[in-house]
Amino acid sequence: MMSATELSQVRDIYLPQKATVTEIYSMTETEKFFRFHLEEGEAFDYMPGQFMEVSVPGFGEAPISISSSPTRVDKTTFEMVIRKAGNVTTALHALVPGEPVGLRGPYGTHFPVEDAMKGKDVVFVCGGIGLVPVRSAIHYVLDNRDQYGEVTILSGTRSPEDRLFTEELYEWKTRSDITFLETVDKADARWGGTVGVITTLLKRIQINPANTVVIVCGPPIMYKFVLLELRKLNVDNSQIYVSLERHMRCAVGKCGHCQINGLYACQKGAVFNYADIVDVKEAI
Amino acid sequence: MNIKRVTEKEFAAWVDALTPKHTLYAPQAKEDRFAFDRLTAGEDLRLDYDVSILPPKKYFLPQKEVLIKFDRKGNFESVIAHEPFVLFGVHPYDFVAMDQLNTIFEQDNYDVHYMARKEAATVVVSDVQVASADVFAGCMGNATVEDRDGYDVLLTRLDDGSYVVETRSEKGEVLTGLLSSAVDADEVTLQQREQVWNRTREQLQKHKLEMTPEQIPALLDKSYDHPLWAEKAELCHSCGSCNLVCPTCYCFTVEDELNWDMETGQRYRQWDGCMLTGFATVTGNHNFRDKKEARYRHRYYRKGKYVWDMIGEIACVGCGRCISACTTNIANPVEVFNQLSEEQQ
Repeated sequence: MMSATELSQVRDIYLPQKATVTEIYSMTETEKFFRFHLEEGEAFDYMPGQFMEVSVPGFGEAPISISSSPTRVDKTTFEMVIRKAGNVTTALHALVPGEPVGLRGPYGTHFPVEDAMKGKDVVFVCGGIGLVPVRSAIHYVLDNRDQYGEVTILSGTRSPEDRLFTEELYEWKTRSDITFLETVDKADARWGGTVGVITTLLKRIQINPANTVVIVCGPPIMYKFVLLELRKLNVDNSQIYVSLERHMRCAVGKCGHCQINGLYACQKGAVFNYADIVDVKEAI
Repeated sequence: MNIKRVTEKEFAAWVDALTPKHTLYAPQAKEDRFAFDRLTAGEDLRLDYDVSILPPKKYFLPQKEVLIKFDRKGNFESVIAHEPFVLFGVHPYDFVAMDQLNTIFEQDNYDVHYMARKEAATVVVSDVQVASADVFAGCMGNATVEDRDGYDVLLTRLDDGSYVVETRSEKGEVLTGLLSSAVDADEVTLQQREQVWNRTREQLQKHKLEMTPEQIPALLDKSYDHPLWAEKAELCHSCGSCNLVCPTCYCFTVEDELNWDMETGQRYRQWDGCMLTGFATVTGNHNFRDKKEARYRHRYYRKGKYVWDMIGEIACVGCGRCISACTTNIANPVEVFNQLSEEQQ
């Protein structure tokens, strides 16, 4: 039994730390880029693929993927791309630099940049805002480029207007040490590139399946088609990592909202090894 | 620690002595049913209640509970409850449910809000005197809790109206210390108590589970695609009543509210339910459990398998509240498990 004083020493898993918006700009009609800086307290150690709970006091809290890599910013700075969709994200979109938010985290599993991916060829498959968390892993890999084999980035969006991080996309496209392919579901008059869903790109690449780790992140509908294509490419399930979106309301494995059958996505995910969830019926 | 035999009169006097000294929450009449509420007069205590409308878990996990105070400048401060209280007259099955939640909120990310309430509570368990219409705790092994730890006092009413009062902890002793003049329970009294327990275990089986509770997880392992889920769920209104009355349901949502000054506010959690339509919906309106049958199945898997995988206990204690609460008569766990089991053979 704990006394009242002892209890008050226990860390409150729901308590956010104060942070400030240091940069904000529009990337598309519905997405804004944010940079947050932790005011005080501990820096958060995080890895690519993890997420944070972002609070706007008075509006609530939302789980948001970290888009920056610990290789590029210090551990008190977090970059995120947030789609304006619900209460909290709408309030986030209304913020200006200098305004406060709360941050809690980081939560969840991460892309295996330090283990399974090391020394392997890596294929990133990103659909839409799936690029947001994957960008963190891409930066991580590019910043330690010699520790990985071939690097391939496949990115698809609904239309050219939905493309995120366009300057970075251009940089990746022009780099000679990686392969970058992108597509849009629906082109406009200026689009000179590939048109078609993301699987179109998977049909174009050649990989050595035994030596390749594939990272998949996108809208729910995308997974089953991409996974089917990866099977055709003979990639073993254990070489595939998927990041699954669910509503991580509490992020500490209590509230129940993010459950995928018996798995709390906020604890066992959001990044899962596909072999571990291939038989989990609600997963894909 | 000690076991006393207390006459009916002594017992009433004891409760009268406790009410002014402690914050007691106890079963009382609420129209034609019973509810746990603040007990201020001993005469209002109804230990002969069959089942309370809401389970007493509401004192550990309130329907609505402030977690954090904040201001718009981004300062956040935890709000943690510390006031000691006594939960008086908890039925064994409800105690089992609370004990499960205690484990869940303590392990893998210690929830200080829940645990502070739990630590501040003295729990007095009272054996069931009147069986409710739908109780099946006897089939779930939760009709009595003499083999279980974690509560402070155990009350058992004998046929002559006297009570056996067993003190199980120092916290409990603070309450039962007032009974020091009562006699120690002798061998005969303990045998009488044993008889009451045996009878209770028999009586709390208004629905008969055709298996042992431990067989449920394996049964569910092979029942995922069973037609029963869709058949039953067809009648489901997604009203969440079964969630609301369940002593082991603990899913919640978290929301902010601003005060009138528009500068300060609080973040609170409140009960949520996996049977409600939008429970698994993410921003952008994708519902990961959009079919009624998926939600219906999920609830039974939580009760019979997912929580089992987490803590090794079946998260259905047999209180029968969901059976009574369901307006379309589809929420009987015994019926579900029996039917799954029959059709597997």
